[in-house]
Amino acid sequence: MEYTLLILILPLLSFTVLGLVDSKWKPQVAGTIGTAVLATVAILAYYTAYVYFTTANISGEYQKIIAFQTEWVRFTEHLHIDLGILLDPISVMMLVVISTVSLMVHIYSLSYMHGEKGFERYYAFLSLFTFSMLGLVVATNIFQMYIFWELVGVSSYLLIGFYYTKPEAVAASKKAFIVTRFADLGFLIGILILSFYTKTFDFGILTSGQESVFAGATGISFLGFSVLSWATALIFIGGAGKSAMFPLHIWLPDAMEGPTPVSALIHAATMVVAGVYLVARLFPVYYFYTPEVLHGIAYVGAFTALFAAVIACVQTDIKRVLAFSTISQIAFMMVGLGVSGMGGHHGLGYMASLFHLFTHAMFKALLFLGAGSVIHAVHSNEMSKMGGLRKYMPVTHITFLIACLAIAGIPPFSGFFSKDEILTAAFEFNPILGATMSFIAGLTAFYMFRLYYGIFWGKEHKHHHTPHESPFAMKLPLLFLALVTIFAGFIPFGEFVTNDGALYEIHLDWTIAGISVAVAVISILLATIMYRKESKIPEKLEVSFAGLHKSASKRFYIDEVYQFITKKIIFKNISTPIAWFDRHVIDATMDGFAKVTQWSSARLKGLQTGDVQDYAYTILLGALIIAGLVIFI
Amino acid sequence: MFDVFSNFTTGIIPMEGYIIVSLIMFFAGVYGFLSRKSLLMILISIELILNAADINFVVFNRYLYPGQLEGFFFALFTIAISACETAVAIAIVINIYRNLNNVEVDSLNELQEPSLESEKK
Repeated sequence: MEYTLLILILPLLSFTVLGLVDSKWKPQVAGTIGTAVLATVAILAYYTAYVYFTTANISGEYQKIIAFQTEWVRFTEHLHIDLGILLDPISVMMLVVISTVSLMVHIYSLSYMHGEKGFERYYAFLSLFTFSMLGLVVATNIFQMYIFWELVGVSSYLLIGFYYTKPEAVAASKKAFIVTRFADLGFLIGILILSFYTKTFDFGILTSGQESVFAGATGISFLGFSVLSWATALIFIGGAGKSAMFPLHIWLPDAMEGPTPVSALIHAATMVVAGVYLVARLFPVYYFYTPEVLHGIAYVGAFTALFAAVIACVQTDIKRVLAFSTISQIAFMMVGLGVSGMGGHHGLGYMASLFHLFTHAMFKALLFLGAGSVIHAVHSNEMSKMGGLRKYMPVTHITFLIACLAIAGIPPFSGFFSKDEILTAAFEFNPILGATMSFIAGLTAFYMFRLYYGIFWGKEHKHHHTPHESPFAMKLPLLFLALVTIFAGFIPFGEFVTNDGALYEIHLDWTIAGISVAVAVISILLATIMYRKESKIPEKLEVSFAGLHKSASKRFYIDEVYQFITKKIIFKNISTPIAWFDRHVIDATMDGFAKVTQWSSARLKGLQTGDVQDYAYTILLGALIIAGLVIFI
Repeated sequence: MFDVFSNFTTGIIPMEGYIIVSLIMFFAGVYGFLSRKSLLMILISIELILNAADINFVVFNRYLYPGQLEGFFFALFTIAISACETAVAIAIVINIYRNLNNVEVDSLNELQEPSLESEKK
């Protein structure tokens, strides 16, 4: 299956060509090239998936196929960094998700970004991102994953800061890059610790479950935890940074400054789930050797899900609502992984998590593209500038509604199935956790419908010109993703992705499904009462829960806490003295060297009078001295 | 030392006599070269140094290698060289005079880089 290499090479080529040509070609040419390349990649990915899922299943278990492998850097006999392509159920599933969403975004952007300055640059960066993300998911070893991990970070930075003349966009891109970079530091240290004790980077060896691999790390502990726990926890910090887990979530809402299709691709469907993918990839390590870290992931996920859902209920910028909703949904996936066991029914959480990743990518991309379509029509992100748009934009309205129903968990839309599996797994792990997650699912339904009613119903805002439905290139991705959202729930996902490779048949647990549907319906009804028509209830609630409302709309002051820690503590107490040391000791030493040189040269220069007689005099003196030496010694 | 004086008394000029003369000429030339400010005087001083060297050539040939002629020929050769050198030097001096309106050696400091102190000012 060496043709899978093309899946990586094509977007890279497209990036290089589009990046080098820049504005020398017409924008439409660049857009067409980018989209055509992505279409090819998508077809290849589908073909790969088809071939893999039909041929790799040997005696009931999916085999791991290494389609391509080359050694890149060799440290020792065993420790070497390879670059390769690993095909297994999750990487193939991710290939499909990424290429699909990316293709949709490429098509959508043809129209959405039409006439923007830097259109070619935009497509070049999209190609770069697609390349890096595909490289990340097919990584054969953890170091290759880290390399591509950084690459997606860079492309995310470039795309968030696409409108580089806008100060907010520049600040947001910096924030995203620095926060995730800090988290990646943890990832890197984790990789180093892990590879130091296991002597390998290779996923195949790490996840093989052999005791001998981790023999070097047993019995060594640091601050009360085993080194292995430290390593996996640090690796999770990297994942938490990319996947915007609390408290490293602060960059994601700001990242909405980027173009909306970029938010759909990077900050909803693909890059932000890299953390989930990372944990899923290393799942056997977490499960067998550091179960306490895995449980920690579940609780971090549960808290983040609740936290983000509460904030999402009061945001007024539609993209921010979606951003917090994304954080919350990714946290659902983390919970799914955290509560999962190994194999068969115990591995339900794992399967559910990746299933949710798949469905979420589709419906959240749909929501973002729908939001983009709305923003395209009314030229604002604020909900107060919208309202009553259902008459003007029927396609956007219907597709958005489908996505909202899916994320709220209403059958038969895809979100229902995947979320329900996560809830089942959570209930089996710990009923309190399950109940919390159900409550959060209710909150999700509530804020999504608040958003839906706020945009398409409610009081009509006076528009400068009548909002119009988006052009065909924007409607097509919406319709396609809506179709996927409707039908993806019926994919027998357990037959494709499980953590032991064996097939698993999903059984719906109707008690839990019934409860979650009931919760979702009640939440939707609540949202309908409060937001469908103008009503006084939201204002009254706002007044009676003034404190909660204010702090939630300020995102619980987490950004301020970060500001305080960085500005008042780190900058003031650490950075300033270091800067002083740099300026007054290191720089001063260098300045000293320069000054001494200058001073002595100024003094020596006095000899060079330019007066020939002085020189002759010196020559004579020298000759006399040499003569004296020759004669008397 | 006594030899020198005893040789004087015999009526034959000893070699040391010539060498003393040429030494005086040489250092007179050097002194002139270092102390005179006029280029012409410096040129004359150089001629003096060269002539001192010529005397040495001839004297050494005459006294130490009486049967050979290299020293004499070299002296002639040096005279020719010094004539050429003088011609060139005079040409340079004339050019300097045309440019600077004097032939003082002190005014020939145009090639010198301006000092840092003057730059600061």
